[in-house]
Amino acid sequence: MFAPSHFSAVLLFATFASVVFGITQRSTPKAMIHYGLYCWSMFVGVVVVASWVMWLIRR
Amino acid sequence: MASKVQVPAKTQTTSQGFLYSALILGWLVPGAGHVLTGRWVRGLLLFISIASMFWLGLAMQGKLYVPNTGDVLDMLGFAGDLGNGLFYALGRIFDLGHGAVQIATADYGTKFVVVAGLLNFISAVDAHNLRIGRKV
Repeated sequence: MFAPSHFSAVLLFATFASVVFGITQRSTPKAMIHYGLYCWSMFVGVVVVASWVMWLIRR
Repeated sequence: MASKVQVPAKTQTTSQGFLYSALILGWLVPGAGHVLTGRWVRGLLLFISIASMFWLGLAMQGKLYVPNTGDVLDMLGFAGDLGNGLFYALGRIFDLGHGAVQIATADYGTKFVVVAGLLNFISAVDAHNLRIGRKV
């Protein structure tokens, strides 16, 4: 049984999804890496921001 | 989201044989469609990503949807799971993906499995576009 923390699950999800998005949505290796990193930072960044927003709402 | 994939003005077939082989093979085995078109590294990365997502999802006690005519979300979940191709068949054959939920992240596992299938659909279509020369 695999029981990651919520944040670890987010990091795994972002990594796997970003690899696929990078490869399928761009044509050149350089553009793939750039787009993959962009997607990854967006996945994780939005989660971090949303988490802080929920924390502020709760207070 | 606008795609920046380079698209030739006119679609051209780049190889002989069955036109949809990359699409079908890519659906059955993640990344295999890219390997068929000669993109080994891309195929390997896609296989690692999608396979990891699927099997980690099951390891997180995620659920495998079965054919159903009930709730709309369940039907969509089944459609997503189907994208995993042979992995889904293996999961059903070995009776995985319906254990009693014991951890809070099991719902994430279900999402991992569904999203892995959806990502594999995208991957298979990309392989098909490479095969027919729509993408370079």
